[in-house]
Amino acid sequence: MRRPALLLLAGLVLAAPLQGAAREASAKPPPAYNPPPETSRLIEGPGVDLARRYCLTCHSADYMSTQPPHMPAAFWRNEVAKMRNNYGAAVPEDAAKAITDYLVATYTEPSAGRK
Amino acid sequence: MATSFSDRRGVLTGAAAMLAAGAARAETVTLPFGNGERPVATYPEKRPMLLLTERPPQLETPYSVFDTGAFTPNDAFFVRYHLAGTPPRGLDAATFRVKVGGAVERPLDLGLADLRRDFPAVTLAAVNECSGNGRGFSAPRVAGGQLGEGMMGNALWRGVSVKALLERAGAKPSAHAVEFNGADRPQITTIPDFVKGLGIDHARDGEVMLAYEMNGAPLPLLNGYPLRLIVPGYYGTYWVKHVNELTVLEQESQSFWMQKSYRIPDNDCACTPAGSPATATRPIGKLNVRSFITNLTDGQTARASPRTLVRGIAFDGGSGIQAVELSTDGGATWKPARLGQDHGKYSFREWSAQVPLRPGEHVLIARAKSRAGEIQPLTASWNPSAYMRNVADPVRVTVA
Repeated sequence: MRRPALLLLAGLVLAAPLQGAAREASAKPPPAYNPPPETSRLIEGPGVDLARRYCLTCHSADYMSTQPPHMPAAFWRNEVAKMRNNYGAAVPEDAAKAITDYLVATYTEPSAGRK
Repeated sequence: MATSFSDRRGVLTGAAAMLAAGAARAETVTLPFGNGERPVATYPEKRPMLLLTERPPQLETPYSVFDTGAFTPNDAFFVRYHLAGTPPRGLDAATFRVKVGGAVERPLDLGLADLRRDFPAVTLAAVNECSGNGRGFSAPRVAGGQLGEGMMGNALWRGVSVKALLERAGAKPSAHAVEFNGADRPQITTIPDFVKGLGIDHARDGEVMLAYEMNGAPLPLLNGYPLRLIVPGYYGTYWVKHVNELTVLEQESQSFWMQKSYRIPDNDCACTPAGSPATATRPIGKLNVRSFITNLTDGQTARASPRTLVRGIAFDGGSGIQAVELSTDGGATWKPARLGQDHGKYSFREWSAQVPLRPGEHVLIARAKSRAGEIQPLTASWNPSAYMRNVADPVRVTVA
Protein backbone atom coordinates (compact mmCIF):
# COMPACT_ATOMS: atom_id res chain seq x y z
CA MET A 1 0.00 0.00 0.00
CA ARG A 2 2.78 2.36 0.76
CA ARG A 3 4.76 1.72 -2.36
CA PRO A 4 2.50 3.55 -4.81
CA ALA A 5 2.49 6.59 -2.54
CA LEU A 6 6.27 6.61 -2.48
CA LEU A 7 6.38 6.27 -6.23
CA LEU A 8 3.95 9.12 -6.53
CA LEU A 9 6.12 11.22 -4.25
CA ALA A 10 9.21 10.34 -6.28
CA GLY A 11 7.31 11.35 -9.38
CA LEU A 12 6.50 14.74 -7.85
CA VAL A 13 10.11 15.31 -6.90
CA LEU A 14 11.17 14.45 -10.42
CA ALA A 15 8.46 16.63 -11.86
CA ALA A 16 9.52 19.72 -9.94
CA PRO A 17 12.62 20.55 -11.98
CA LEU A 18 10.75 19.64 -15.15
CA GLN A 19 8.04 22.07 -14.19
CA GLY A 20 10.72 24.69 -13.69
CA ALA A 21 12.14 23.89 -17.10
CA ALA A 22 8.68 24.12 -18.62
CA ARG A 23 8.24 27.56 -17.09
CA GLU A 24 11.54 28.72 -18.53
CA ALA A 25 10.58 27.29 -21.88
CA SER A 26 7.30 29.15 -21.74
CA ALA A 27 9.21 32.40 -21.36
CA LYS A 28 9.06 34.58 -24.44
CA PRO A 29 11.61 33.24 -26.91
CA PRO A 30 14.37 35.55 -28.14
CA PRO A 31 12.70 37.99 -30.52
CA ALA A 32 13.98 38.02 -34.06
CA TYR A 33 15.44 41.42 -34.81
CA ASN A 34 15.38 42.39 -38.44
CA PRO A 35 15.01 46.17 -38.59
CA PRO A 36 14.46 47.98 -41.87
CA PRO A 37 17.72 48.52 -43.77
CA GLU A 38 19.58 51.72 -42.92
CA THR A 39 18.84 54.25 -45.64
CA SER A 40 19.90 57.66 -44.33
CA ARG A 41 23.02 58.96 -46.10
CA LEU A 42 25.42 61.81 -45.52
CA ILE A 43 25.18 64.65 -47.99
CA GLU A 44 28.08 64.61 -50.44
CA GLY A 45 30.63 67.36 -50.02
CA PRO A 46 34.25 68.02 -49.12
CA GLY A 47 35.05 66.05 -45.97
CA VAL A 48 32.23 63.54 -46.31
CA ASP A 49 34.68 60.62 -46.35
CA LEU A 50 36.04 61.60 -42.93
CA ALA A 51 32.53 62.06 -41.55
CA ARG A 52 31.57 58.66 -42.91
CA ARG A 53 34.61 57.06 -41.33
CA TYR A 54 34.53 58.68 -37.91
CA CYS A 55 30.88 59.59 -37.30
CA LEU A 56 28.96 56.73 -38.86
CA THR A 57 30.85 54.16 -36.78
CA CYS A 58 28.56 55.01 -33.91
CA HIS A 59 25.38 56.44 -35.43
CA SER A 60 23.40 56.83 -38.62
CA ALA A 61 23.45 59.96 -40.78
CA ASP A 62 20.01 61.08 -39.58
CA TYR A 63 21.76 62.19 -36.38
CA MET A 64 23.01 65.12 -38.47
CA SER A 65 20.07 65.68 -40.78
CA THR A 66 17.51 65.99 -37.97
CA GLN A 67 19.45 68.71 -36.13
CA PRO A 68 17.98 72.22 -36.35
CA PRO A 69 18.68 74.14 -39.56
CA HIS A 70 20.41 77.53 -39.66
CA MET A 71 22.60 76.89 -36.61
CA PRO A 72 25.82 78.89 -36.31
CA ALA A 73 29.20 77.27 -36.96
CA ALA A 74 29.76 77.06 -33.20
CA PHE A 75 26.86 74.61 -32.98
CA TRP A 76 28.65 72.02 -35.13
CA ARG A 77 32.04 72.79 -33.59
CA ASN A 78 30.49 72.05 -30.17
CA GLU A 79 28.92 68.85 -31.41
CA VAL A 80 32.19 67.49 -32.77
CA ALA A 81 33.97 68.51 -29.56
CA LYS A 82 31.24 66.83 -27.49
CA MET A 83 31.59 63.60 -29.44
CA ARG A 84 35.37 63.59 -28.99
CA ASN A 85 35.71 64.87 -25.44
CA ASN A 86 32.60 63.51 -23.77
CA TYR A 87 31.48 60.49 -25.76
CA GLY A 88 34.90 59.13 -26.53
CA ALA A 89 34.82 59.28 -30.33
CA ALA A 90 38.36 58.55 -31.49
CA VAL A 91 38.69 61.36 -34.03
CA PRO A 92 42.16 62.83 -34.66
CA GLU A 93 42.33 66.61 -34.35
CA ASP A 94 42.89 67.36 -38.04
CA ALA A 95 40.00 65.08 -38.99
CA ALA A 96 37.79 66.76 -36.40
CA LYS A 97 38.54 70.14 -37.96
CA ALA A 98 37.70 68.85 -41.44
CA ILE A 99 34.51 67.18 -40.22
CA THR A 100 33.43 70.40 -38.50
CA ASP A 101 33.99 72.34 -41.73
CA TYR A 102 32.01 69.70 -43.64
CA LEU A 103 29.08 69.86 -41.21
CA VAL A 104 29.00 73.66 -41.17
CA ALA A 105 29.10 73.82 -44.96
CA THR A 106 26.57 71.06 -45.47
CA TYR A 107 24.07 70.96 -42.60
CA THR A 108 23.25 74.59 -41.96
CA GLU A 109 20.76 74.65 -44.84
CA PRO A 110 17.07 74.09 -44.06
CA SER A 111 15.84 70.53 -44.39
CA ALA A 112 19.30 69.38 -45.43
CA GLY A 113 20.13 65.77 -45.78
CA ARG A 114 17.01 63.74 -45.26
CA LYS A 115 17.04 61.01 -47.83
CA MET B 1 -6.33 55.32 -47.08
CA ALA B 2 -7.20 57.01 -43.84
CA THR B 3 -4.22 57.03 -41.60
CA SER B 4 -3.88 57.68 -37.93
CA PHE B 5 -0.72 59.69 -38.31
CA SER B 6 -2.21 63.05 -37.66
CA ASP B 7 0.09 64.48 -35.09
CA ARG B 8 -1.06 67.19 -32.76
CA ARG B 9 1.57 69.51 -34.05
CA GLY B 10 2.58 67.49 -37.04
CA VAL B 11 1.23 67.21 -40.53
CA LEU B 12 1.03 64.02 -42.50
CA THR B 13 2.48 64.77 -45.87
CA GLY B 14 0.98 63.14 -48.90
CA ALA B 15 4.13 61.54 -50.22
CA ALA B 16 2.35 58.21 -50.34
CA ALA B 17 -0.48 59.64 -52.41
CA MET B 18 1.91 60.64 -55.15
CA LEU B 19 3.19 57.11 -55.46
CA ALA B 20 1.53 54.00 -56.72
CA ALA B 21 -0.96 52.32 -54.41
CA GLY B 22 0.76 50.19 -51.82
CA ALA B 23 3.74 52.45 -51.47
CA ALA B 24 2.50 53.65 -48.11
CA ARG B 25 5.96 53.26 -46.60
CA ALA B 26 6.95 56.55 -48.17
CA GLU B 27 4.79 58.33 -45.59
CA THR B 28 6.39 60.96 -43.49
CA VAL B 29 5.15 63.03 -40.57
CA THR B 30 6.36 66.61 -40.43
CA LEU B 31 6.79 67.86 -36.89
CA PRO B 32 6.28 71.64 -36.80
CA PHE B 33 9.89 72.72 -36.40
CA GLY B 34 12.80 73.03 -38.82
CA ASN B 35 14.07 69.68 -40.12
CA GLY B 36 11.00 68.07 -38.58
CA GLU B 37 10.34 65.54 -41.35
CA ARG B 38 10.18 62.04 -39.91
CA PRO B 39 9.79 58.87 -41.94
CA VAL B 40 7.14 56.46 -40.72
CA ALA B 41 8.87 53.12 -40.20
CA THR B 42 7.92 49.70 -38.91
CA TYR B 43 10.42 48.05 -36.58
CA PRO B 44 10.27 44.58 -35.00
CA GLU B 45 7.36 44.21 -32.55
CA LYS B 46 6.27 47.79 -33.33
CA ARG B 47 3.47 49.34 -35.32
CA PRO B 48 4.45 52.15 -37.73
CA MET B 49 6.23 54.83 -35.68
CA LEU B 50 7.99 58.14 -36.31
CA LEU B 51 11.62 57.33 -37.05
CA LEU B 52 14.04 59.79 -35.47
CA THR B 53 17.24 57.82 -36.05
CA GLU B 54 18.04 54.43 -37.54
CA ARG B 55 21.20 53.47 -35.63
CA PRO B 56 20.77 53.28 -32.74
CA PRO B 57 17.01 53.03 -33.28
CA GLN B 58 14.92 55.87 -31.88
CA LEU B 59 11.18 55.77 -32.47
CA GLU B 60 8.52 58.23 -31.44
CA THR B 61 4.93 57.27 -30.61
CA PRO B 62 2.37 58.71 -33.05
CA TYR B 63 0.56 61.37 -31.05
CA SER B 64 -2.90 59.98 -31.87
CA VAL B 65 -2.10 56.94 -29.69
CA PHE B 66 -2.36 59.10 -26.57
CA ASP B 67 -6.05 59.68 -27.33
CA THR B 68 -6.83 55.96 -27.10
CA GLY B 69 -6.59 55.45 -23.34
CA ALA B 70 -4.50 55.74 -20.22
CA PHE B 71 -2.13 52.93 -21.20
CA THR B 72 0.23 53.00 -24.16
CA PRO B 73 0.23 49.73 -26.13
CA ASN B 74 3.55 47.90 -26.16
CA ASP B 75 3.78 48.05 -29.95
CA ALA B 76 3.38 51.84 -29.86
CA PHE B 77 5.68 52.56 -26.90
CA PHE B 78 8.57 54.89 -27.77
CA VAL B 79 12.14 53.67 -28.21
CA ARG B 80 15.29 55.50 -27.18
CA TYR B 81 18.83 54.11 -27.23
CA HIS B 82 22.24 55.75 -26.81
CA LEU B 83 24.80 53.29 -28.09
CA ALA B 84 25.39 51.85 -31.53
CA GLY B 85 24.95 48.11 -31.64
CA THR B 86 21.67 48.35 -29.76
CA PRO B 87 19.45 46.58 -29.13
CA PRO B 88 21.86 43.88 -27.95
CA ARG B 89 21.52 40.63 -29.90
CA GLY B 90 21.17 37.11 -28.59
CA LEU B 91 19.11 37.91 -25.50
CA ASP B 92 17.01 34.97 -24.37
CA ALA B 93 14.60 35.05 -21.43
CA ALA B 94 15.34 31.37 -20.77
CA THR B 95 19.07 31.93 -20.21
CA PHE B 96 19.17 35.59 -19.14
CA ARG B 97 20.88 36.24 -15.80
CA VAL B 98 20.88 39.27 -13.53
CA LYS B 99 23.66 39.68 -10.97
CA VAL B 100 23.61 41.63 -7.73
CA GLY B 101 27.05 42.41 -6.35
CA GLY B 102 29.29 45.05 -4.85
CA ALA B 103 28.83 45.93 -1.19
CA VAL B 104 26.58 42.98 -0.34
CA GLU B 105 26.93 39.99 1.98
CA ARG B 106 25.68 37.44 -0.58
CA PRO B 107 26.13 38.21 -4.28
CA LEU B 108 23.20 36.96 -6.37
CA ASP B 109 23.06 35.46 -9.84
CA LEU B 110 19.43 34.93 -10.85
CA GLY B 111 17.45 33.81 -13.86
CA LEU B 112 14.02 35.15 -14.74
CA ALA B 113 12.40 31.99 -13.39
CA ASP B 114 14.14 32.65 -10.07
CA LEU B 115 12.76 36.19 -10.02
CA ARG B 116 9.23 34.94 -10.69
CA ARG B 117 9.42 32.06 -8.22
CA ASP B 118 11.41 33.42 -5.30
CA PHE B 119 10.27 37.02 -5.01
CA PRO B 120 6.85 38.63 -4.60
CA ALA B 121 5.57 40.30 -7.76
CA VAL B 122 5.09 44.06 -7.74
CA THR B 123 2.61 45.59 -10.19
CA LEU B 124 2.58 49.31 -10.82
CA ALA B 125 1.35 51.73 -13.49
CA ALA B 126 4.01 54.28 -14.33
CA VAL B 127 4.80 56.84 -17.00
CA ASN B 128 8.15 56.68 -18.74
CA GLU B 129 8.99 60.02 -20.31
CA CYS B 130 12.22 60.83 -22.10
CA SER B 131 14.14 63.68 -20.47
CA GLY B 132 14.14 65.53 -23.80
CA ASN B 133 10.52 64.94 -24.82
CA GLY B 134 9.51 68.03 -26.84
CA ARG B 135 13.11 69.20 -27.37
CA GLY B 136 12.33 70.21 -30.95
CA PHE B 137 10.10 72.99 -29.60
CA SER B 138 12.87 74.58 -27.53
CA ALA B 139 13.43 78.24 -28.38
CA PRO B 140 16.22 78.86 -29.01
CA ARG B 141 16.79 75.34 -30.27
CA VAL B 142 19.52 73.10 -28.90
CA ALA B 143 21.47 70.06 -30.06
CA GLY B 144 20.26 66.57 -29.29
CA GLY B 145 17.44 64.29 -30.34
CA GLN B 146 14.88 66.59 -31.98
CA LEU B 147 11.78 65.15 -30.38
CA GLY B 148 8.12 65.97 -30.76
CA GLU B 149 5.87 65.03 -27.85
CA GLY B 150 5.74 61.30 -28.52
CA MET B 151 8.63 60.20 -26.32
CA MET B 152 6.40 59.23 -23.42
CA GLY B 153 4.21 56.31 -22.52
CA ASN B 154 2.34 54.70 -19.65
CA ALA B 155 2.36 50.99 -18.90
CA LEU B 156 1.44 48.53 -16.20
CA TRP B 157 4.79 47.10 -15.11
CA ARG B 158 5.16 43.80 -13.26
CA GLY B 159 8.36 42.56 -11.73
CA VAL B 160 10.37 42.34 -8.52
CA SER B 161 11.32 45.24 -6.29
CA VAL B 162 14.98 46.15 -6.06
CA LYS B 163 14.34 46.32 -2.34
CA ALA B 164 13.61 42.57 -2.21
CA LEU B 165 16.76 41.81 -4.21
CA LEU B 166 18.92 43.96 -1.93
CA GLU B 167 17.43 42.32 1.15
CA ARG B 168 18.20 38.89 -0.28
CA ALA B 169 21.73 39.95 -1.15
CA GLY B 170 22.22 41.69 2.19
CA ALA B 171 23.33 45.19 1.28
CA LYS B 172 26.05 46.25 3.71
CA PRO B 173 25.41 49.12 6.16
CA SER B 174 27.97 51.14 4.22
CA ALA B 175 25.83 50.97 1.05
CA HIS B 176 25.36 54.44 -0.45
CA ALA B 177 24.08 53.90 -4.00
CA VAL B 178 23.20 51.25 -6.55
CA GLU B 179 24.42 51.17 -10.14
CA PHE B 180 22.37 49.55 -12.88
CA ASN B 181 23.91 48.22 -16.06
CA GLY B 182 22.27 46.57 -19.05
CA ALA B 183 23.37 44.04 -21.65
CA ASP B 184 24.06 46.75 -24.23
CA ARG B 185 27.70 47.67 -24.72
CA PRO B 186 29.44 50.49 -26.60
CA GLN B 187 30.87 49.82 -30.05
CA ILE B 188 34.23 51.30 -29.08
CA THR B 189 35.98 50.87 -25.75
CA THR B 190 36.52 54.62 -25.35
CA ILE B 191 32.76 55.22 -25.30
CA PRO B 192 31.24 55.10 -21.81
CA ASP B 193 28.93 52.16 -21.11
CA PHE B 194 25.35 53.15 -20.32
CA VAL B 195 25.15 52.86 -16.54
CA LYS B 196 22.85 54.76 -14.18
CA GLY B 197 22.89 55.19 -10.41
CA LEU B 198 20.30 55.70 -7.70
CA GLY B 199 20.79 56.55 -4.04
CA ILE B 200 20.43 53.48 -1.82
CA ASP B 201 17.25 54.72 -0.12
CA HIS B 202 15.65 55.47 -3.46
CA ALA B 203 16.70 52.11 -4.90
CA ARG B 204 15.07 50.25 -2.01
CA ASP B 205 11.89 52.28 -1.69
CA GLY B 206 9.91 49.18 -2.71
CA GLU B 207 8.65 50.76 -5.94
CA VAL B 208 11.85 50.83 -7.99
CA MET B 209 11.71 47.46 -9.71
CA LEU B 210 13.04 45.14 -12.36
CA ALA B 211 10.09 44.50 -14.68
CA TYR B 212 9.65 41.30 -16.71
CA GLU B 213 6.17 42.26 -17.89
CA MET B 214 4.72 45.34 -19.55
CA ASN B 215 0.95 45.63 -19.90
CA GLY B 216 0.58 41.93 -19.15
CA ALA B 217 3.06 40.71 -21.76
CA PRO B 218 6.82 40.19 -21.94
CA LEU B 219 8.65 43.38 -22.89
CA PRO B 220 9.34 44.08 -26.57
CA LEU B 221 13.04 43.79 -27.34
CA LEU B 222 13.19 47.52 -28.10
CA ASN B 223 11.72 48.35 -24.68
CA GLY B 224 14.21 46.30 -22.68
CA TYR B 225 13.41 42.58 -23.10
CA PRO B 226 13.63 40.56 -21.01
CA LEU B 227 14.14 42.76 -17.92
CA ARG B 228 14.05 46.51 -17.42
CA LEU B 229 14.61 48.88 -14.53
CA ILE B 230 11.48 50.87 -13.63
CA VAL B 231 12.00 54.08 -11.66
CA PRO B 232 8.48 55.39 -11.06
CA GLY B 233 8.18 59.16 -11.28
CA TYR B 234 11.67 59.62 -12.73
CA TYR B 235 12.73 60.49 -16.26
CA GLY B 236 13.35 57.66 -18.70
CA THR B 237 17.13 58.00 -18.62
CA TYR B 238 17.09 55.96 -15.39
CA TRP B 239 15.00 53.13 -16.81
CA VAL B 240 17.94 50.94 -17.88
CA LYS B 241 16.93 48.35 -20.49
CA HIS B 242 18.08 44.71 -20.64
CA VAL B 243 19.26 45.22 -17.04
CA ASN B 244 21.59 42.43 -15.94
CA GLU B 245 23.88 43.91 -13.30
CA LEU B 246 23.20 45.70 -10.02
CA THR B 247 26.23 46.92 -8.12
CA VAL B 248 25.91 48.26 -4.60
CA LEU B 249 28.36 51.12 -4.09
CA GLU B 250 29.76 52.79 -1.00
CA GLN B 251 29.89 56.16 -2.79
CA GLU B 252 27.80 57.81 -5.49
CA SER B 253 27.92 56.49 -9.02
CA GLN B 254 30.83 57.81 -11.06
CA SER B 255 29.23 56.75 -14.35
CA PHE B 256 29.62 59.19 -17.22
CA TRP B 257 25.82 59.07 -17.61
CA MET B 258 25.42 60.44 -14.08
CA GLN B 259 28.39 62.78 -13.79
CA LYS B 260 28.58 64.31 -17.29
CA SER B 261 25.30 63.64 -19.01
CA TYR B 262 21.63 64.08 -18.17
CA ARG B 263 22.30 66.97 -15.82
CA ILE B 264 20.11 70.00 -15.25
CA PRO B 265 20.83 73.48 -13.87
CA ASP B 266 21.13 73.23 -10.11
CA ASN B 267 18.46 75.79 -9.21
CA ASP B 268 14.75 75.78 -8.37
CA CYS B 269 13.54 76.17 -11.96
CA ALA B 270 16.21 73.89 -13.49
CA CYS B 271 16.59 76.68 -16.02
CA THR B 272 18.99 79.33 -17.29
CA PRO B 273 18.45 82.52 -19.31
CA ALA B 274 17.82 81.46 -22.92
CA GLY B 275 21.11 80.59 -24.59
CA SER B 276 23.16 80.60 -21.38
CA PRO B 277 25.07 77.67 -19.89
CA ALA B 278 24.50 76.49 -16.33
CA THR B 279 27.13 77.30 -13.73
CA ALA B 280 26.26 74.35 -11.48
CA THR B 281 24.35 71.20 -12.36
CA ARG B 282 22.77 68.15 -10.75
CA PRO B 283 21.45 64.86 -12.16
CA ILE B 284 17.97 65.07 -13.66
CA GLY B 285 15.29 63.62 -11.37
CA LYS B 286 11.52 63.57 -11.13
CA LEU B 287 9.09 64.20 -13.96
CA ASN B 288 7.66 67.68 -14.27
CA VAL B 289 3.87 67.93 -14.13
CA ARG B 290 2.37 67.90 -17.63
CA SER B 291 -0.92 67.61 -19.46
CA PHE B 292 -1.91 67.22 -23.09
CA ILE B 293 -5.06 67.72 -25.11
CA THR B 294 -5.26 64.54 -27.17
CA ASN B 295 -8.47 64.74 -29.22
CA LEU B 296 -7.93 68.12 -30.89
CA THR B 297 -4.88 69.13 -32.85
CA ASP B 298 -3.30 72.52 -33.30
CA GLY B 299 -4.62 74.23 -36.41
CA GLN B 300 -7.70 72.04 -36.58
CA THR B 301 -11.18 73.11 -37.73
CA ALA B 302 -14.15 72.11 -35.58
CA ARG B 303 -17.91 72.50 -35.72
CA ALA B 304 -19.59 74.99 -33.41
CA SER B 305 -21.28 73.27 -30.49
CA PRO B 306 -22.59 74.17 -27.02
CA ARG B 307 -20.87 71.03 -25.72
CA THR B 308 -17.60 70.22 -27.44
CA LEU B 309 -15.69 67.35 -25.88
CA VAL B 310 -12.07 68.14 -25.06
CA ARG B 311 -10.03 65.40 -23.46
CA GLY B 312 -6.48 64.37 -22.73
CA ILE B 313 -3.97 63.01 -20.27
CA ALA B 314 -1.95 64.37 -17.34
CA PHE B 315 0.86 63.08 -15.14
CA ASP B 316 3.56 64.21 -12.73
CA GLY B 317 6.55 62.88 -10.84
CA GLY B 318 4.58 60.79 -8.40
CA SER B 319 2.43 62.96 -6.15
CA GLY B 320 -0.51 62.33 -8.47
CA ILE B 321 -2.72 64.71 -10.41
CA GLN B 322 -4.89 66.96 -8.27
CA ALA B 323 -6.67 68.86 -11.02
CA VAL B 324 -6.65 69.71 -14.72
CA GLU B 325 -8.05 73.02 -15.89
CA LEU B 326 -9.05 73.98 -19.41
CA SER B 327 -9.11 77.41 -20.99
CA THR B 328 -10.80 78.15 -24.31
CA ASP B 329 -9.69 81.78 -24.42
CA GLY B 330 -5.92 81.51 -24.40
CA GLY B 331 -5.59 81.40 -20.63
CA ALA B 332 -7.83 84.34 -19.65
CA THR B 333 -10.34 82.09 -17.87
CA TRP B 334 -10.20 78.47 -16.71
CA LYS B 335 -12.69 75.79 -15.82
CA PRO B 336 -11.97 72.47 -14.14
CA ALA B 337 -11.92 69.28 -16.18
CA ARG B 338 -13.31 65.98 -14.92
CA LEU B 339 -10.61 63.49 -13.99
CA GLY B 340 -10.86 59.90 -15.19
CA GLN B 341 -10.04 56.68 -13.40
CA ASP B 342 -7.09 56.81 -11.03
CA HIS B 343 -4.64 54.06 -12.02
CA GLY B 344 -2.10 55.17 -9.43
CA LYS B 345 -0.02 58.22 -8.71
CA TYR B 346 2.62 57.42 -11.35
CA SER B 347 0.15 56.76 -14.18
CA PHE B 348 -1.33 58.84 -16.97
CA ARG B 349 -4.58 60.30 -15.65
CA GLU B 350 -7.24 60.82 -18.26
CA TRP B 351 -9.35 63.98 -18.10
CA SER B 352 -12.22 65.46 -20.11
CA ALA B 353 -14.38 68.56 -20.31
CA GLN B 354 -17.41 69.73 -22.27
CA VAL B 355 -17.05 73.31 -23.41
CA PRO B 356 -19.13 75.62 -25.59
CA LEU B 357 -17.30 76.61 -28.75
CA ARG B 358 -18.84 79.44 -30.78
CA PRO B 359 -17.74 80.20 -34.33
CA GLY B 360 -14.37 81.92 -34.46
CA GLU B 361 -10.80 81.32 -33.39
CA HIS B 362 -10.19 79.64 -30.05
CA VAL B 363 -6.98 78.98 -28.21
CA LEU B 364 -7.40 75.95 -25.97
CA ILE B 365 -4.93 75.35 -23.16
CA ALA B 366 -4.93 72.55 -20.61
CA ARG B 367 -2.87 72.83 -17.48
CA ALA B 368 -2.39 70.29 -14.73
CA LYS B 369 -1.77 70.74 -11.04
CA SER B 370 -0.07 68.02 -9.03
CA ARG B 371 -0.99 67.03 -5.50
CA ALA B 372 2.42 68.40 -4.55
CA GLY B 373 1.17 71.81 -5.70
CA GLU B 374 3.13 72.16 -8.94
CA ILE B 375 1.28 73.85 -11.80
CA GLN B 376 2.30 73.85 -15.45
CA PRO B 377 3.68 77.24 -16.52
CA LEU B 378 2.10 79.17 -19.41
CA THR B 379 5.47 80.23 -20.75
CA ALA B 380 8.34 77.84 -21.37
CA SER B 381 11.55 78.08 -19.39
CA TRP B 382 14.85 77.17 -21.05
CA ASN B 383 17.85 75.02 -20.24
CA PRO B 384 20.88 74.06 -22.34
CA SER B 385 19.77 70.47 -23.01
CA ALA B 386 16.04 71.24 -23.34
CA TYR B 387 15.14 68.74 -20.64
CA MET B 388 11.90 68.59 -18.64
CA ARG B 389 9.71 70.62 -20.99
CA ASN B 390 6.30 71.13 -19.39
CA VAL B 391 4.84 74.40 -20.68
CA ALA B 392 1.04 74.32 -21.09
CA ASP B 393 0.92 74.45 -24.88
CA PRO B 394 -1.86 76.24 -26.78
CA VAL B 395 -4.01 74.30 -29.26
CA ARG B 396 -5.51 76.70 -31.81
CA VAL B 397 -8.89 75.63 -33.19
CA THR B 398 -10.99 77.36 -35.84
CA VAL B 399 -14.68 76.84 -35.15
CA ALA B 400 -17.11 77.21 -38.04
